[in-house]
Order: sequence, then C-alpha cells, then structure tokens
Amino acid sequence: MFMLKLILRNTFRHKLRTTLTVVGVAVAILAFGLLRTLVGLWYLGVDSSSATRLVSRNAISLIFPLPISYAERIRQVPGVSEVAWGNWFGGIYIDEKNFFANFAVSPDSYLRLYPEFVLAPEEKNDFLRDRKGAVVGRKLAAKYGWKVGDLVTLRGTIFPGQWEFAVRAIYRGAHKNVDETQFFFHWDYLNETMKKTVPRRADQIGFFMLGVSRPDIAPEVAANIDATFHNSLAETLTETEKAFQLGFVAMTEAIMIAIRLVSYVVIVIIMVVAANTMAMTARERTAEYATLKTLGFGPGHIAGIIFGESVAIALVGGILGVALTFPAAGWIETALGQFFPSFTIAPATIGYDLLAALSVGVVAAAIPTWRGATVRVAEGFRRIG
Amino acid sequence: MAAATEPIVAIRDLSKSYRRGEQIIPVLSDISFTIAPGEFLALMGPSGSGKSTLLNLIAGIDRCDSGEIIVNGVDITRLAERELARWRARSVGFIFQFYNLMPVLTAFENVELPLQLTHLSRRERREHVELALELVGLADRMDHFPSQLSGGQQQRVAIARAVVADPAILVADEPTGDLDRAAASEILTLMDRLVHDSGKTVIMVTHDPRAAEQAHSIRNLEKGILTG
Ligand SMILES: Nc1ncnc2c1ncn2[C@@H]1O[C@H](COP(=O)(O)OP(=O)(O)O)[C@@H](O)[C@H]1O
Ligand SMILES: [Mg+2]
Repeated sequence: MFMLKLILRNTFRHKLRTTLTVVGVAVAILAFGLLRTLVGLWYLGVDSSSATRLVSRNAISLIFPLPISYAERIRQVPGVSEVAWGNWFGGIYIDEKNFFANFAVSPDSYLRLYPEFVLAPEEKNDFLRDRKGAVVGRKLAAKYGWKVGDLVTLRGTIFPGQWEFAVRAIYRGAHKNVDETQFFFHWDYLNETMKKTVPRRADQIGFFMLGVSRPDIAPEVAANIDATFHNSLAETLTETEKAFQLGFVAMTEAIMIAIRLVSYVVIVIIMVVAANTMAMTARERTAEYATLKTLGFGPGHIAGIIFGESVAIALVGGILGVALTFPAAGWIETALGQFFPSFTIAPATIGYDLLAALSVGVVAAAIPTWRGATVRVAEGFRRIG
Repeated sequence: MAAATEPIVAIRDLSKSYRRGEQIIPVLSDISFTIAPGEFLALMGPSGSGKSTLLNLIAGIDRCDSGEIIVNGVDITRLAERELARWRARSVGFIFQFYNLMPVLTAFENVELPLQLTHLSRRERREHVELALELVGLADRMDHFPSQLSGGQQQRVAIARAVVADPAILVADEPTGDLDRAAASEILTLMDRLVHDSGKTVIMVTHDPRAAEQAHSIRNLEKGILTG
C-alpha cells in the first residue's frame, strides 16, 4: 500500500520527464505493433495460399511465357484435377497510382480453383457468358464505386491499348484473409485481341494454375510436370502456390525480415533511452534511498520502488501504444487499402506489445535497481554532501 | 538492574580507514569511550576529522575495520546487514543536516515512515505520528509537503520521524548546520527536551559552539583521534 503510494508519487514527480518517457514508449510500441502486424499479414498471405494448388511457369523466369498447348499435356499428368491459366495483365485504371492486381484468366477453371472467391450464382453466369466481362473484388469495387454493369477501361502496359470491360460480378472472400482487391477477366478476350494485333504473342500464357487431388502428392505431380517438358523449347518450373508466392516475393521477404529486425531495434532503442532516464532518476534520489535504508528499509524495498516506477511508466506507455494501434490500423486500412485490404491487429500482437513494454520497464530498471539496492548508506549520503 | 549505570554505548579500539587506490587513509584510530544513558553528547572537531564517520559507525550505517561498538549490550559490529537494519529501526533515530525528508511524502507520511516497518495498525500509527508531530509543534502542518515547510520546520519533522518509533538513541549530524540562528536554537531546545523529558541519549556532531553549549559533555576529534 505504502510502497504503491511512493511509486505512484515518484512516477509523477517529474511530469515532463515521465510524460516524455511514456510517449517514447508508446510510439515505440505503436511502431512495434504495426510493423509486426505488417510482417504477420505478409506471411499470412503466403500461408493462406492453398497446398492443393500448383503453379507452373517458365523455368527461366516469370516474365517468359509458356505456350497454351501445354494445357492438354499437363491435364494428362496423373493427379492433376484442374488446369487453369492466366496472364498478369498489368493494366492501369486512369492513373498509375491506382494500383491493383489484374489478370487475364481461364474464367471457369480459375474460379473452380479458387472457391474462396465467392460469387453470386447469377453474376457468375453473367461473367462466364460475357467475353468482355470482368469480376472484381468487393473492396476494389467499393473503392472506385463500380457496380455490376459498369464499364471499366484499363490502359494496357504489357499488352498495349485501351481495354474495355464490363463488371459482371463482384466477389467477396470466403474468409478474412482473402484479397478482395483483384480484377479478373477472360483470357480469351486478351488472346483474340493479340491474334489480331500481335500474332506472335498469341496463345501464350504467363502461368498455369493447377489443382491436385491431394496435398501430399503435390511435390510428385510438380516433378512429373517439369519432367514432361524437360528439354522442350520452354521448360517449366512447377511449385506449390505457396512456394510460388514466396519466390514471387523473394525480394519482399528480405524486406520483411528487415522490417521485423527494425521492429526489434525500435524496442532496443527505447530500452536504452528509458534505462538512461531511470538511471538519471535513481541517481538523483540516491540520498532518499540511503535515508530509507537508514530507517531500516531493505534492499528489496528500494528495488521495489525503482522497479515499480520503471515498470509502471513502461506499461502506461505500452497501453497507450496499444490503444493508438487501433486507430492507426484503421487509418492504414482506409488510406493504404490497396496494399493492406485488412490491417487487423491480432490479439497475439497486443500480447507481444505489452510484453515488449514490460521488458522495456524491466531492462530500464535493472541497473538503477541494482545500484539503488546495493548502495551503502554512508556512501549514499556522501554522494550529495 | 544495573542498566541505569551501565553505559548505553561502549566503544573500544575502534579504527576505520578508507582506501583510495593504493593509498590507505586512516580516518579513525583506536577510539575508545563510553556514553551514559540520557547523556547529551556533542562531538566536535575540524572538518574532515572523522566526526560523521564515527557517528555513522555508532548508528550502524557504516562498517569499521576493527574494534567493538557495544550498544545496549549488543556488539553491533558483529551483526549481519539485515539484523543491523532491524536493530537500527528499533534503536536509533536519525537527524541529518539536510533533513533528508522524502519530498513526495507529506509531513505526516514522512513521520509515519519508520512505523511502516512495524506491525502497528493504521490507527496506532496515526496516534504515534500525531503525538510525535505535536511534540515538535507541527500538528497543524501534517499535510504539508517538505517543500511547503521552512528549513527549521523540516528539521522538526525529521526529529518527529526520529522519535516516532521511540528509539533509545538519537544521532544528529550537524542538525543546525543548515539553519539560521533562531531556527537552530529551536532545534537545540527541542533536542534538550527530548533528553530531559523522554530520557533519550543524544549524540550530536557539530562545530557550532552554541550547539555544543547545550550538550552535557563534549568530545573532540582531531585527525581521527579523540583529544578530549
Ligand atoms: N567514502 C570515502 N572514501 C574516501 N574517503 C572518505 C570517505 N568518506 C570519508 N572520507 C574521508 O574521511 C575523513 C573523515 O570524513 P568525515 O567523517 O566526513 O569528517 P567530518 O564529518 O569530521 O567532516 C575525510 O578526510 C574524508 O575525506
Ligand atoms: Mg561531517
């Protein structure tokens, strides 16, 4: 009771110093939480890719195409239950800053492979029937105010020209991790236009997306497919969708590792700053600790007072940081929606936030606590006198 | 019982030195003397002669190199740190030159501090604290923080804190050193009353001759040696 009172009063003794430390910890915890969420979301995206989907692409590089004629031969490989294909279209809607993923795909097989894209049955039929039809994610549609029936023009970059589509269906994700910001249209529309304008680029696809009957046979199926096209003009590289995504974003993963590292560095920095502040505070109060010891208080009491203050400051900062995380995440969802369609703070992240704050308090208190608890009384007085 | 005539403090062959690198600096050399119960003793001597060191040793907040300090029959040089702390809390009241009050605690709470280590109930603590503050004439300032009190008042709060747990011995290191003449004389009167009315033994370090006048006896230290 009395210890708590002393800790509390000590905490608010230097209002400015305490406030600055609390704000520092809060900002660090905020950054830590947001960075961790970012990294977590990225890995979640990789994790949520299906284990029964394989991606086949040109072995040389993603930017080289494969002939559409491979589709039949892939279908023959035992274990392959579905074959879809697509091209990264890279079209731009009005302005380059309006970035979203858009693909030309084999519509029915692609949608069969992605049951997590949920479409209303009549919209789905409309989309499949309209060669210039497109299906767009709910968030993307909301962002640009597209409704079913609207015409949308994309400016081709990889495939030059103005491409006009009619929004026929809007999909929603079957669960929260499904990206609702994609745009799909008929590969046939792309291919037939290519046949007329750039015939040498016709009948080429960017990737095959394959379904296998069971996840455990996926590696074997992948090896068989690649063996089938071994020594062909275009060799294939087949991997699980997860591996594909990881490869696709190998570069990004390095960034993610760096971001994760930065999230720890932020905590270490605030630890050092807080430790310095606590050391300063404890040094100023050496005579008070000596007085308490003179009166018979033990090292445990002194340690409790210093430790308590440090942990209290860090935890208040931590809680403030956590509280700020939610509006910040909300802001990211609205302002950076195309990159982070759902920037959700996981409960575990809040746990880590508080753990990080606690360790800031503990580490910051360590040296001052030890010094305060072990200071010899006569020495403690001499330091001020 | 012979306790009344026995010395309350008996010091034998007390020595202490400090080490500064290779150099050993003797601070106290072979000090021996006794203090009778109810005595008001002034320790005098030039600055650096070892007065504070001697006082700290008697009060059990510093350790000697050799010798004995027997207080109420207990050789405190043999006590372990934890026992020594408990002994201090029970037996010694401290009065410092710079009062050493906790700035975040009120006068009441400062005086209550030593009682936090006892098993007294909240009500009993309150009674003791109020009594101690009345004794020093500050019953009306209980809720003031040290920064709201004058130097003399702060020292009176410190005296209340020193006596609240009713120790037999009070040690005071230059208690009037930071006070003006009027406040200093108030403090000395107060200490004198504690000796006469409550039978405390007071050991006071001072180099103020007027302060020493108040004492029953004076001991002089010079370069760590008792000279009288
Ligand atoms: N921790 C210490 N380390 C080294 N020397 C010290 C220490 N404490 C006291 N001294 C020395 O011991 C001597 C006596 O100090 P002190 O007892 O404070 O004297 P006084 O109170 O009579 O002025 C001084 O010379 C002082 O410098
Ligand atoms: Mg001194």
